[in-house]
Amino acid sequence: MDSTYFQYLDYAVYGTAVLVMLTGLYAALVKRSLLKIVIGLSIVDSGLNLLIVTLGYLKGGTAPIFSAGYDGTQTMVDPIPQALVLTAIVIGFGVTAVALSLVIRLWRHHHTLYIDEIKNLKW
Amino acid sequence: MKKILVLLLLAVVGFYVAETFFDIGFGNSHFVKNEAIKPVKDIYLQQTVQELKVSNTVTSIVVNFRGFDTLGEVTVLFLSVTALGSILYKKRHHVGERSVLFSASSIVTSGSKLLFPAIVLLGAYVFIHGHLSPGGGFQGGVIIATGFLLMLLAYENYSVSHNGLSIVESLAGITFAGVGLLGFMNGGTFLQNFLPTGVLNDLFSGGVIPIIYIAVGFKVAAELTGVIYTVLNEKGEQNG
Repeated sequence: MDSTYFQYLDYAVYGTAVLVMLTGLYAALVKRSLLKIVIGLSIVDSGLNLLIVTLGYLKGGTAPIFSAGYDGTQTMVDPIPQALVLTAIVIGFGVTAVALSLVIRLWRHHHTLYIDEIKNLKW
Repeated sequence: MKKILVLLLLAVVGFYVAETFFDIGFGNSHFVKNEAIKPVKDIYLQQTVQELKVSNTVTSIVVNFRGFDTLGEVTVLFLSVTALGSILYKKRHHVGERSVLFSASSIVTSGSKLLFPAIVLLGAYVFIHGHLSPGGGFQGGVIIATGFLLMLLAYENYSVSHNGLSIVESLAGITFAGVGLLGFMNGGTFLQNFLPTGVLNDLFSGGVIPIIYIAVGFKVAAELTGVIYTVLNEKGEQNG
């Protein structure tokens, strides 16, 4: 691969991951609906996972799998970030599930999802 | 006003995160200059092939090198499912009512009956071959849970036995911890391999790694199905 091609890709790949992360943070901070806040938090999760997986990439590397087609000469990408992201995805699922169950519980009490209308939260 | 503040904050956060990562660079190896220092990934890749005879390095890291970490991860998943059940706890007479907006058409019901065995088979394939090809226990478990989601969406009165789910989940968890303890008894450390490792790229290779990943697959499938079932049976009261 051409080296200048990768120079532009640098900015595109990291920029996309950071942009996804910031989009989720914006939703979590600005939106008033609890469901949208939970969605925002899970978008932050996706952006971070993308960032960590991208960090392990090596130029010209293949997937770290020694299957029959691998000839033993190519470099492999770093498998450790991929294993860590596998963990992070599962934890993110658990966090989202518990957050959504709390949202359901709030709906049962207040019959609204908008945090402006839930008076007990104001101080 | 608040949006401007938030945007400013995000710009600062984004600038510093992006700057840090652009300095690292994309796809560069940082161990070229010094031959004496090797990255930890080289040792993982080497031992995966030579000692463990596992093709998929990510699997060997998740189940073997970081197996204890995975045990904690499975525990976190179990805890979140338990928390979900206890937060959404209801009195007896509400259980079993499902909020249905509209019933599924006959195309959906017969189609999902046709697809359900194929989905479960695909999930089982993914976690049985977790040490050979991309995939593994977590991915296969999620695929099986999507099959149950399809059935629960298509049939209004389709029910999953909660006791069955918790039996499968507990047995899978006991298998994981028990295999780890057996590694102790055979003179090694927790989760150490004690079975013959076989030949690389064989289905029966890698010692205890396939056994643990199959247990993880069952556990994840049961837990995710439990989450879907609990949330789907949550009936919101419209008039309060």
